[in-house]
Amino acid sequence: MAGTSSSKAKEKREMVTVNFIDRDGDKMTVNAKVGDSLLDVAKDNDVDLEGACEGTLSCSTCHLIFKPDEMETLKLDEPSDEELDMLDLAYGLEDTSRLGCQIMVAKTFEGITVSVPKAHRDIRDL
Amino acid sequence: MWITLRRSLVLHKAITGSVQAGHGRWSAVLRWFSVSCGTNQTDRPHVGIVGSGPAGFYTAQQILKSHGDAVVDVYERLPVPFGLARFGIAPDHPETKNCINQFTTTALSNRCSFIGNVNVGKDVKLDELLQAYDAVILCYGAEDDRTFGIPGEHLQGVYSARAFVGWYNGLPANSNLEPDVSAETAVILGQGNVTLDVARILLSPIERLEKTDICEHALEVLKKSQVQTVYIVGRRGPLQVSFTIKELREMTKLEGCKAVFDPVDFRTIQDKLPSIPRPRKRLTELMCKTALDESTSQNASIKKWSLKFQRSPLQLLAEAGGEKISRVRFEVNDLVEQSDGSVQAYGTGVHEDLPCGLVFRSIGYKSIPIDDRVPFDRRKGVIPNINGRVVITSSTDESGKDVSLIPGLYCSGWVRNGPIGVIATTMNDAFQTGELVVQDIKSGTIKTTGPTKGFELIGSLLHSRGVKPVFFDQWRKIDQIEQERGSELGKPREKIISVQEMLDIAYKQNGS
Ligand SMILES: Cc1cc2nc3c(=O)[nH]c(=O)nc-3n(C[C@H](O)[C@H](O)[C@H](O)COP(=O)(O)OP(=O)(O)OC[C@H]3O[C@@H](n4cnc5c(N)ncnc54)[C@H](O)[C@@H]3O)c2cc1C
Ligand SMILES: NC(=O)c1ccc[n+]([C@@H]2O[C@H](COP(=O)([O-])OP(=O)(O)OC[C@H]3O[C@@H](n4cnc5c(N)ncnc54)[C@H](OP(=O)(O)O)[C@@H]3O)[C@@H](O)[C@H]2O)c1
Ligand code: FES
Repeated sequence: MAGTSSSKAKEKREMVTVNFIDRDGDKMTVNAKVGDSLLDVAKDNDVDLEGACEGTLSCSTCHLIFKPDEMETLKLDEPSDEELDMLDLAYGLEDTSRLGCQIMVAKTFEGITVSVPKAHRDIRDL
Repeated sequence: MWITLRRSLVLHKAITGSVQAGHGRWSAVLRWFSVSCGTNQTDRPHVGIVGSGPAGFYTAQQILKSHGDAVVDVYERLPVPFGLARFGIAPDHPETKNCINQFTTTALSNRCSFIGNVNVGKDVKLDELLQAYDAVILCYGAEDDRTFGIPGEHLQGVYSARAFVGWYNGLPANSNLEPDVSAETAVILGQGNVTLDVARILLSPIERLEKTDICEHALEVLKKSQVQTVYIVGRRGPLQVSFTIKELREMTKLEGCKAVFDPVDFRTIQDKLPSIPRPRKRLTELMCKTALDESTSQNASIKKWSLKFQRSPLQLLAEAGGEKISRVRFEVNDLVEQSDGSVQAYGTGVHEDLPCGLVFRSIGYKSIPIDDRVPFDRRKGVIPNINGRVVITSSTDESGKDVSLIPGLYCSGWVRNGPIGVIATTMNDAFQTGELVVQDIKSGTIKTTGPTKGFELIGSLLHSRGVKPVFFDQWRKIDQIEQERGSELGKPREKIISVQEMLDIAYKQNGS
């Protein structure tokens, strides 16, 4: 999978700091290589983000939520139809939801915070 | 500790019939050893999981992660793991099956064992598992399917989608289905994602399927298929379809095949689009676009598929005196919005016949009780539970308030929620159940069982009953042979469909 290879080109790549809020609401600050996907970053740093289909746009388990103001300044590329299709199935969908496997870390990501959506218990059970 | 380890080794050998421990066998033994060295084996919480599908493996994953000492044994009826990730997910969706890589990582953990070829309820009773394990989690999915209960459902040429899926995906129980695909027109009843899987397999160019892990026996039959037209019929309207957008988009792009929807069904709906919330909105937009936009129709298509709405089947009919399906009689429905906002179909008394030579019933899977000790809600087709803790509900009180917990018994996945939800849904459910079990272990809610635990106890029971389990290293031999056979055919895998052949490979001694 991308992100685990240690080619020289990658070694030299710039690093930024990214914060993840995990399923339990705990914050983790990790180093992220520019050019890696947020799913790769999460996997490399033991952040609990599943990525069941390994980044092939077939599962939505890499769903991440950006902060609205940060999303605004990051000026990410618009999601493709295929990403939107998968997001439609994601738990706890928000306006700033994206799939972690589709978002590549850029220099501008320094200091941003993204959240793994909290797993919802079915209301019927409560 | 040593006694425990020695007993385990003897047992493992007795069960696998292994004289010389091969490489794979040794790794299992070493895993056992390293686990035994850490803490006294009997001090560890032992968790038994029934079913090795996504629910079973994701629940196991969560328990291993949240409890650093717990040992998890995953029991499976078949000699091979992964449930619907192997036998359900369509062959042309290999990406979706990538979850199997993570399940493999879990199974290779030194605190996890896959124990295949054990039919819980028959080979070992639930009570026995409850005695041997601190917690038992039922993740056995949905092994049956819903029927209409209308005349003609058993005519020739009428199949359950579940059996058809099992057939093309190599499920041993369905490998002899041999569906008759000599008709030009097929009807699929129900509008969920399984329906779209069946339609796609029926309509795909054979060259597209040849490169997948679809079974050779299915390819041979599908090569001769005469099916040109597939009608997908639902009892409610376009706003109530159950399939999802990715699968619909794939169907609209299918090579050599054209989606022909009736514009009448969509004109009024188009006006409502702005008020429909996502995700239904994007799905409906795509249906409207397909129905109303001339430019989306592919040229040179011979095959076509179509959505039909507000039709409930009343009867499946054969030609006079015959046994083979020739048409479906529908009743046209009116849709009525209920006070809770849901929309229900009511028959109008108007009937309509649709001629066809092949029918699939695709209205959902259904769970079954596997052991008389498992409480089962037959109406909902699920194991009654609160947050995944299995409960017995008093028959006098349907409100669910008068319930008693069965200590140490849990459920997750389709058998808990009913046969709905994609891998992501099942995963979330499994993570929650796994977390709950660990909480109950840590809080002492679960009482620890006696000194002889887990597979030590169950393994000797199985041995005394002549049941020989298949462990993960033995599955890997089957896996390797399947991949080798696949590569000879230019496919990722050619599945072995005979249980006996699976067992022969699993038990074969290295070098013999
Ligand atoms: C045809 C089809 C296609 C699908 N395609 C997709 C898709 O493309 N993408 C997606 O996200 N989701 C898909 N799904 C949904 C997905 O497969 C389910 O969400 C998931 O498999 C449910 O997991 P489970 O573990 O509850 O059940 P299952 O996967 O059914 O696993 C249950 C396991 O329990 C075992 N078992 C049963 N009885 C016993 C017993 N008595 N003792 C021991 N073991 C037993 C079974 O053999 C099986 O291995 C599909 C479903 C179907 C039916
Ligand atoms: N590619 C994928 O992601 C994929 C592939 C396959 C399956 N899956 C998932 O697996 C789950 C199961 O899929 P499924 O297709 O079996 O089930 P489903 O999504 O629940 O669809 C069942 C269909 O049958 C209809 N139906 C039920 N009872 C009926 C009756 N008595 N008369 C007429 N119609 C009836 C339903 O209509 P009503 O709505 O009117 O009840 C619905 O259209 C779903 O969550 C699905 O998303 C996913
Ligand atoms: S990892 Fe599956 S969609 Fe991103």
